[in-house]
Amino acid sequence: MSALTFTLINPPAQRVDMSPLVCHLLKDLAVADIAALHLQSGKRKLRVDELFTIEGVDSQAIVIKNSTAKLDFIGKELDGGSITVEGDAGAYLGMGMKSGELKVHGNAGLYAACEMKKGYLEVSGNVGDFLGAALPGNKMGMKGGTILVKGNVGQRAGDHMRRGNILIEGNAGDYCGSRMTAGTIAVMGQTGRFLGYAMRRGTLLLWNPPQLSASFNDCGAHTLAFLPILFASFKTLDSKFADSTLAFNRVQRYAGDMSEMGRGEVLVKL
Amino acid sequence: MIINGVTIDATFAEAFPMKATRAIITAQNEKWAMISAQAMTGFATSVIACGCEAGIERVLGPDETPDGRPGVSIMIFAMGGKGLAKQLETRAGQCVLTSPTSALFAGIDGGIRIPLGKNLRYFGDGFQIAKVIAGKRYWRIPVMDGEFLSEATTGQVDAIGGGNFLVLAQSQPQALAACEAAIEAMRKIPNVIMPFPGGVVRSGSKVGSKYKTLNASTNDAFCPTLKGATKTDLSPEIESVMEIVIDGLSKADIDLAMRVGIQAVCDLGAENGIKRISAGNYGGKLGPFHFHLQEIMA
Repeated sequence: MSALTFTLINPPAQRVDMSPLVCHLLKDLAVADIAALHLQSGKRKLRVDELFTIEGVDSQAIVIKNSTAKLDFIGKELDGGSITVEGDAGAYLGMGMKSGELKVHGNAGLYAACEMKKGYLEVSGNVGDFLGAALPGNKMGMKGGTILVKGNVGQRAGDHMRRGNILIEGNAGDYCGSRMTAGTIAVMGQTGRFLGYAMRRGTLLLWNPPQLSASFNDCGAHTLAFLPILFASFKTLDSKFADSTLAFNRVQRYAGDMSEMGRGEVLVKL
Repeated sequence: MIINGVTIDATFAEAFPMKATRAIITAQNEKWAMISAQAMTGFATSVIACGCEAGIERVLGPDETPDGRPGVSIMIFAMGGKGLAKQLETRAGQCVLTSPTSALFAGIDGGIRIPLGKNLRYFGDGFQIAKVIAGKRYWRIPVMDGEFLSEATTGQVDAIGGGNFLVLAQSQPQALAACEAAIEAMRKIPNVIMPFPGGVVRSGSKVGSKYKTLNASTNDAFCPTLKGATKTDLSPEIESVMEIVIDGLSKADIDLAMRVGIQAVCDLGAENGIKRISAGNYGGKLGPFHFHLQEIMA
């Protein structure tokens, strides 16, 4: 079966809520029914076929072509299946995702993978602020799954993160891993200011020395047994993280944030 | 049935259902993985008094272990799931957690999950760190040599304990040499352990005793020094009997181990003093698994 493909006809004037177009909600719908669904765009509701041409039938493998940064909530609460986005994605990409695979061949906006529960999200370009974070006012961000970003990420990546992996091949902005409760954020590039600000537990794994706050204490150089297992789990990814020559198990360990409970760690490659 | 001059008795070994688990111990090198494995499987020859039966299954190369270091696979068998979980936890805590450079991983992915490092984590006194990697939970426990890494749980599966055969020889050195040859061959078989010292038991037991407090006592029918004093099962030329006990994950595994072991003994043959192969049973009334020697060797 060919992938169910939505090709954007014209860039929308207003932002579009794409949350109805996820695999599990389209599973039992005919293409004509899908075309008749309504998507919120600004203050209007637009039929899907007003915005997109539709090809293919396999609703468990969705492709969104000509995508722009105005398409919000792509893959919201995705529960199985795969969505591939060719172009940019807007805000709240993969929000609350439960399972399945979401790939963006472009950039993504704010709050990508916020409160994600499980599954796999990959962005080939850059991602905005609050990647894998909690929504404003909420206390629990990403709870599981893996996020791979091949470009850079904005500020507050992993804010309130609880579990799972965020893998960043590029740079991370300020406050990376802020208020983390647990989980792992790995950054191959540079990190910004206030790294791990108020983190309680969790691991920030870095390839380059960070600018650390005074509330992180040096615990010395160590060889850690879990790192080879962690890197082995990345072997199947189409990423620099799968490159065994970039893996390591010898790190400088910093404990923090001591202004919080201080059970978190920043591990820097030696 | 006679193989190379060795008589295979028309009898069977009687075995019992048990619960089993497997764990993988790794360390900086094979020497220390083996030291830890030997400690963990020590004092675990028989459920009669040890609470479990445990043994080393095999040595693992770095390419076979989760963390890429040399390792040893061990298996533990007990009569019930609760007892198994308790034995696993206390042994892991006292013998692996304490062993320099060690790490501990699950050896069975399926089955009922029982704690491996799940409760040992409290040794970390709040400094322990959990990591979920590829769906498996690991605990990193800070210890004085660095960090002890343990998978949270391992699998408990149904298994069989008490497969056995007896080697009847003209002399004690000949019986031991035959058993050593059998054990060497049987250690290459996966999913089985031979829990007694060196895999061999010289004090096979029968059920019951003249003393009320004992539920097992010496198997006098196979004691060569009692040939004239009890209802013996030995012919005059037999001077020594040794037993190999096998615990395995399935009947097929024990069948294979018994076949390989008996064949190794028979390869030495009558010319090396091996006269008979027999087996221990309780008349077939107690254990549901019967390993008929002649069927296995057919």
